[in-house]
Amino acid sequence: MNTPGTTAHDTVLSAQGLVMRFGGITATNNVTLDLKRGARHALIGPNGAGKTTLINLLTGVLQPTAGRVVLEGQDITTLAPHQRVRRGMVRTFQINQLFDTLTPLETLAMVVAQQQDLGGSWWQALGSSTRVTARCEQLLEQFHLTSVMSQETRVLAYGKRRLLEIAIALACEPRVLLLDEPVAGVPAGEREELLQTVAALPADVSILLIEHDMDLVFSFSRSMTVLVNGTVLTEGSPEKIANDSRVKAVYLGHGDEINDAMEGLAHG
Amino acid sequence: MWALALALPLVLPRHTLIINEIAIVALFALALDLILGYTGIVSLGHAAFFGMGAYSAALFAKLVMPDPLLGLLVGIAAAGALGAVCSATILRGTDLTRLMVTLGVGLILMELANKLDWLTGGADGLQGVVMGPLLGKFEFDLSGQTAAWYSMTVLLLVFVAARRLVHSPFGATLKAIRDNRLRAMAIGIPVNSRLAVVYTIAAAAAGAAGALLAQTTGFASLDVFEFHRSADVMLILVIGGVGWLYGGVAGAVVFKLMQDFLSSITPQYWTFWIGLFLVVLVLVGRERLIRPWTWWSNVSKGGSA
Repeated sequence: MNTPGTTAHDTVLSAQGLVMRFGGITATNNVTLDLKRGARHALIGPNGAGKTTLINLLTGVLQPTAGRVVLEGQDITTLAPHQRVRRGMVRTFQINQLFDTLTPLETLAMVVAQQQDLGGSWWQALGSSTRVTARCEQLLEQFHLTSVMSQETRVLAYGKRRLLEIAIALACEPRVLLLDEPVAGVPAGEREELLQTVAALPADVSILLIEHDMDLVFSFSRSMTVLVNGTVLTEGSPEKIANDSRVKAVYLGHGDEINDAMEGLAHG
Repeated sequence: MWALALALPLVLPRHTLIINEIAIVALFALALDLILGYTGIVSLGHAAFFGMGAYSAALFAKLVMPDPLLGLLVGIAAAGALGAVCSATILRGTDLTRLMVTLGVGLILMELANKLDWLTGGADGLQGVVMGPLLGKFEFDLSGQTAAWYSMTVLLLVFVAARRLVHSPFGATLKAIRDNRLRAMAIGIPVNSRLAVVYTIAAAAAGAAGALLAQTTGFASLDVFEFHRSADVMLILVIGGVGWLYGGVAGAVVFKLMQDFLSSITPQYWTFWIGLFLVVLVLVGRERLIRPWTWWSNVSKGGSA
């Protein structure tokens, strides 16, 4: 989404020449990717393309063999995962990573308190800060969790757990949010609520979406990167990607899916 | 309830010894619960810190000065310092590696106390620890009332502090680490520093319990480092319930009274009955065991709840 007059400052997150080798295998091969402020950018690619490795490199779970990760103009390549979170890069997980014995309210209060630098304080009660409770109420409302806020997370319906997964990430007040297959495994009945919530995420948060669901990819994203065998195959607008013959070749058998989604885009 | 507990030494003057013991073990269990129940760190060597507190307090009384409160602080500080150092050993690995590492640290300390006999008295223990009066007024008398009140007051103070801790944002981040360490990291919690801090606190509290034992019995022996202490305190938490501060206290009361009662009727075989009780408790479940009226109700109904 380049508009006239864009400068380097409009790039929030930048991966520069990332390389990751595991022994003799190159999982990520010279990947360069820029995320603009307020972006809705999708990362797609067949299984084994290296999407998860790229996420792990961006969030600091893995250290790259070569290359840099730059967040808001600062090199964060050597920072630990939790330090990157403090600087505004937050992810969600493809498989829910929740706190099973805490309720959604406790979970969000904990995350918000941690985010507001109260995580180390041990004398006052968790709910005693009105800033924390106010933000929690907001988040519970936004993610349709108010009705279940006092139930233990492990007993929640899958769709609600999925919403909590994203709510936790948003409670970290991210500048960059990496959404890893947010609708994966969600039953049809709970899907709509989730899709609406994802669509309504704050506009100032830059989002990188990793997703197999082409409906969501094409309805959500305004730009895309296609990853194949650890390398960037191509990038550009959804229209450009959908008409790229190489992408169709990669998604052999799934090409119809992309075309259907494009069809829907044109008529909707 | 606490007022009632504090009145006990007065009501039951003949049982002050066991009241003192219960308070000390409860404090020790509380310390272990902070890491086991609230943070999910298993340890079979928490007696290392208990023993460190006991020997430090006893040596302080013997070599420096007999004031009990200062001695208690020394015991807490020494055990806390040891905990801070040892916390480096529990940051990585699985539950099994942690069990082994904590067990190893406990064994190392016991052998050190045994070997350094010029300082610790070796296998004979550290004898002749004479305590000064508490706050300069209350002598540790033979009836043991002062000792029981002293231990119970310290237990109460640590309990209140622990309660604040587990309900604070800090405590919530500990539970988050226990439930899902990967996600805890992914929301910006500095996991390693949290673990180091809570391990140090739990070690210091165990040190307080050890110091109380040494001070109220006037004695510190290798027994304070023994493996059975670490195992007992874990049993106590299993009996009372982990991740619930009253669990440690309730478990200590049940365990100690049962030990006292059983060993008085069958001095040689009381561990058999403790063992049997544990097996039944774990298989039947605590909830059902304390609700006898549910024993014969529909199992499938009760089981699914």
